[in-house]
Amino acid sequence: MLKLKFIVPLLLFVALGAFLFVGLYRDPRYVPSPLIGKPAPEFTLPSLQDASYPVSSTELLGQPWVLNVWGTWCAGCRQEHDTLLAIARQRTVPLVGLNWKDDNAAAQDWLRQLGNPYAVVAEDREGRTAIDWGVYGAPETFLIGPDGVVLYKHIAPMTMEAWNTEFLPRIEQARAAAGSKT
Amino acid sequence: MTNGFLRVCLLACLLAVGGRALAIDTVAAFADPVLQHRYEAINRELRCLVCQNQTIADSNATLAQDLRREVREMIAAGKSDDEIRDFMIERYGDFVLYRPRMTAQNFLLWAAPALLLLGGAVAVVRVVRKRSQEADLEPERPEAGQS
Repeated sequence: MLKLKFIVPLLLFVALGAFLFVGLYRDPRYVPSPLIGKPAPEFTLPSLQDASYPVSSTELLGQPWVLNVWGTWCAGCRQEHDTLLAIARQRTVPLVGLNWKDDNAAAQDWLRQLGNPYAVVAEDREGRTAIDWGVYGAPETFLIGPDGVVLYKHIAPMTMEAWNTEFLPRIEQARAAAGSKT
Repeated sequence: MTNGFLRVCLLACLLAVGGRALAIDTVAAFADPVLQHRYEAINRELRCLVCQNQTIADSNATLAQDLRREVREMIAAGKSDDEIRDFMIERYGDFVLYRPRMTAQNFLLWAAPALLLLGGAVAVVRVVRKRSQEADLEPERPEAGQS
């Protein structure tokens, strides 16, 4: 009985300490997306390069694809650009750009000068599609499955490590699942 | 000195009254004061996720401006406060709320004060009972007879 009197508070203290310790190393800027596992919000937006050509998310159904939110005003986007180019060269999945609240001419210049990793770029001048996707800070990169469900969200500049460890396995898994259904 | 004191008082009064006028929009969103009040109240409850310790009523980040625009349009479209909150939660998760809801995940956190109080009460009752039992036993001890 006397032992319990000391052990219970000690255990409570250790548990509290563990919670706080883990909390110390969590990034408060990383807000988990409630969209994971839910159907991706649909959008139809003008293409960055040709406003008369609409880019629609529904056209991408049936295959895994990646949506990268970027803007020329965003330093992290410049940082990840070479990684995006390397990923595009792998030709695994279509890389769709969402140009978020940007200047059209500046965005086109950016792609001409740095290279264009995107299969297509949708222009979200008003920022409404970004809000639908719960975007709060560029760059953000989403992985969408063949059934149109959001599989993963990467917040921060893309890295080859994130691509290899988080995106590629999920892409393979989604492809295997979609293949077994048909 | 009284002059300085008066000035401070005047400043305090102006700040107290002027607080409402410091809303971040340059123009009021609604001509109708009731709608304007709802608009401001909702904005003060929503977190700006770029500048996480500010509400979208306080922040002038572009995202906060865009979210205020969404709130304004939803109010104009006749949406209820709950519908507007749900719209934000669907997209940004519970973190967007400055007044968190009770969910299965944070239930323990909500219940913690009551549980701690209950635990404390149980401990107090047990200690008091034990002491009163000890006090009852005291006369039977041999030392008690010396007085």
